[in-house]
Amino acid sequence: MTRAIAEQDYTNIAQDLLARAAKHGATASDVMVADGETLSVQVRMGAVDRLTKAREKRLGLRVFFGQRSASASTSDFSRESLERFVGETCALAQAVVEDPVSGLPEPGQFATDFPELNIHDSTKLQTDQQIDLALRAERAAFAADSRITNSEGGECDSSSGRIILANSHGFVGHYANSSFSLSVSPIASDAAGMQRDYWYGVNRAFAKLESPEAIGREATRRTVRKLGARKVSTCRVPVIFDPEAAGSLLSHLCSALSGYALYKGASFLIGQLGQQIAPDFVTIYDDGRMPGGLGTRPFDGEGLPTRKQAMVERGRLASYILDTYSGKKLGLPSTGNAARSIGESPSAGPTNFYMVPGTTSPEDILASVKQGLYVTDLIGFGINMVTGDYSRGASGFWIENGELAYPVEEITIAGNLKQMYANIETIGRDLVFRGRIASPTVKLAEMTLAGN
Amino acid sequence: MSNDESGELARFGVTDREIEHALGRVKVSSVDYADLYFEYCQSESVSMEEGIVKRATKSVGQGVGVRATAGEKTGFAYSDELTSKDLNIAADTARYIADSAQGTAPVPVTHRPVLARSLYPHDRADIEVATRDRVTLLNAIDAEARRYDPRIKNVMAAYNTEYKVMLVATSDGLMVGDIQPLSRLQVTCIAEENGNRQVGTFGGGGRIGLEYFQNDQRYLHFAREAAREAILNLSAVDAPAGVMPVVLGGGWPGILLHEAIGHGLEADFNRKKTSAFSNLLGKKVASEVCTIVDDGTLPFRRGSLNVDDEGTPSSRTVLIERGILRGYITDKLNARLMGIPLTGNGRRESYQSVVLPRMTNTFMLAGESDPKDIIKSVKKGLYAVSFGGGQVDITNGKFVFSASEAYLIEDGQITKPVKGATLIGSGPDILKQVSMVGHDLKLDEGIGTCGKEGQSVPVGVGLPTIRIDEITVGGTKA
Repeated sequence: MTRAIAEQDYTNIAQDLLARAAKHGATASDVMVADGETLSVQVRMGAVDRLTKAREKRLGLRVFFGQRSASASTSDFSRESLERFVGETCALAQAVVEDPVSGLPEPGQFATDFPELNIHDSTKLQTDQQIDLALRAERAAFAADSRITNSEGGECDSSSGRIILANSHGFVGHYANSSFSLSVSPIASDAAGMQRDYWYGVNRAFAKLESPEAIGREATRRTVRKLGARKVSTCRVPVIFDPEAAGSLLSHLCSALSGYALYKGASFLIGQLGQQIAPDFVTIYDDGRMPGGLGTRPFDGEGLPTRKQAMVERGRLASYILDTYSGKKLGLPSTGNAARSIGESPSAGPTNFYMVPGTTSPEDILASVKQGLYVTDLIGFGINMVTGDYSRGASGFWIENGELAYPVEEITIAGNLKQMYANIETIGRDLVFRGRIASPTVKLAEMTLAGN
Repeated sequence: MSNDESGELARFGVTDREIEHALGRVKVSSVDYADLYFEYCQSESVSMEEGIVKRATKSVGQGVGVRATAGEKTGFAYSDELTSKDLNIAADTARYIADSAQGTAPVPVTHRPVLARSLYPHDRADIEVATRDRVTLLNAIDAEARRYDPRIKNVMAAYNTEYKVMLVATSDGLMVGDIQPLSRLQVTCIAEENGNRQVGTFGGGGRIGLEYFQNDQRYLHFAREAAREAILNLSAVDAPAGVMPVVLGGGWPGILLHEAIGHGLEADFNRKKTSAFSNLLGKKVASEVCTIVDDGTLPFRRGSLNVDDEGTPSSRTVLIERGILRGYITDKLNARLMGIPLTGNGRRESYQSVVLPRMTNTFMLAGESDPKDIIKSVKKGLYAVSFGGGQVDITNGKFVFSASEAYLIEDGQITKPVKGATLIGSGPDILKQVSMVGHDLKLDEGIGTCGKEGQSVPVGVGLPTIRIDEITVGGTKA
């Protein structure tokens, strides 16, 4: 909504802040500036429901006084506010205790190459164009099955943003990215009640977004098949996770591999580097430079180059997810995985994190199960990262003689993540990137299902 | 204004005239309602781990959100610049849904002179906490937790505060502001014994200052509770799996109400008829021992508000009275479209988000049973006293919430601690399974944050000890 500000101006603001921090006595500092604009359109039952438009900007400053450090952020870029902001941040740093491990990465480690990563598409969608896409997706959902009687609506969002990072070692880097997404959430009903599901597409390039018709149809397919869901009896059975549900198992793995969880003693994978944590057909990568990826960026939250690395290689834990700080705590170099919220000190997180697909089709995986559960949705937060204990609400389908027999709900599945990764029996060949974390279909040998 | 002794509301530097003009620009005849929401928010966090207070962060943000509603449509824009030019651009964007030229007549607004309530401190001096005071407190917590038991190997604690100033100007001619402080102290302990590592957490807070934590050395109690839970879990056995009676302890287990019925009674889902509770008003949805309210008027509570984010005074709404569904919680848009009363539950995370009907403090009123008798009544089941998060699917009503401290009940006695497990049930059915309600109503310590459509707002819950005859417990021991 505000006037467009040139990249150069933000770089100047960043440089100016670094200089002011030095004047206040800071021994090192870094600044991150982000700005972006979004247009979000929600429609429901064939009409516009909500329209949101915004442009925003924010900057974060981190200062070091020797080994004391603090971070702060502000959205107020006026000169006098920034002077006060630098002063307050420096005062904050001097109030905390020395942390012997703290500091910027060493000079010489910063990213120097900035290849084209295809993460910015300058397509500007008009409001009416986004309304039309969302309406078409919802219409397609209704048209696909007469049991769709209601809707939580369709949504079409577009956004673009810029990141500028500069530090007192002389690193300056910037990149722009964009995102286009389309989703619809239909509601199906029958005598037994209502069921809701949704489907979505998200891409950095508008031209690669799936058609609203395809998204609407898939949303309806996923929704109507849940009608008539029932509980099943408590048992121990093989469990197949569809790609969306399997992705959540990889998210938990990311949390457990985060250097911060590890050095605090808050991960069930402590001390497992180099150990076999899954069968030898399991390989998992993190790739910060995958062209067009939703987690792709040329440098991480500290300015270190991103890269492609094996996290699990033929079942062996090959790498943790580290930034400089958590790496030092564990005696390891950063893996270029510093994640940064503006105004926070870095944490460690994945970029594009995925399991290498196998050769089995999802149908063949299903066919291998005589009696078991096919999970499509998981809810709740029943995961203990310290122990790996896992217990979540689930819904999906009961498998009978290799086929989906009927929908299932109001059950839980439970186990321990460490054992669950070791119990992976088959990996599907159906890997599709639909987010930063992606997995093919995964079959686990056995879990406890709690129901009737 | 009663809440403006310090002149905080003047900080936005926008004149009444500019506000009236912007409102006039957006409130054309086809717009039913419009508002401008100004917000300034400063948050500070100091955290400790490995015995070192090593992190301090501070964030300052301000901006304005402009909203117009027409029929079921909402147009919304926000800006982090507060000039009249930015206000007008936002107003024009919000008006897009009305498909109409800009309005020209200013909408006069009157300052509401005195807020109906003053539930929490608003003087900045009473709320602000010096960094060194936070450091002292966190160091004491670390020492206390480690003193509790040598098996405590790591202590993580954070002291977070938020100081929010809001001012809302509405097309009904109202201008009202509030200062909403919020603080939270959270402690996590990791215990280790022979390679077995376990975690325990405890936290609390509210719309209060440092004094609250200092009274009776409450912060040390937080440290001991987190340590106790971690040590207890060292001896936890596998949780059972299957349907069984469950006794919930008082306080935070009230998250059951929040997930199982609270969300389902938010007006937006019911207007759209996408809630499992749609069309159940006046019907029996719980056993007769259950009366449940949402109450935003409790002093100092995390979920409380003097006024909601649309300027409506908060209130106490009876959701379920002796088992009968009585009411929904509303914001202006949904109250108008449904023709039901405004309850003061219109809330937004910030100026960057739209108003939605949200809970405040949701709890069940005390019953008549002695908590001891409730435990004694169970032959074989689970006693759960502390929980992590929960979640619900509004449409089919299935909800989960995950126990972090629970025990087996065997022959009416509490026996072994069990590992965490998720409990799953169906919202419209679960409260019919409540057969006993204790006389020991307890509100939670002040740690709840509710997420909806990507927006987080602070909430409270409360519960007396209750017995649920049947619910599915998701342990590993089939």
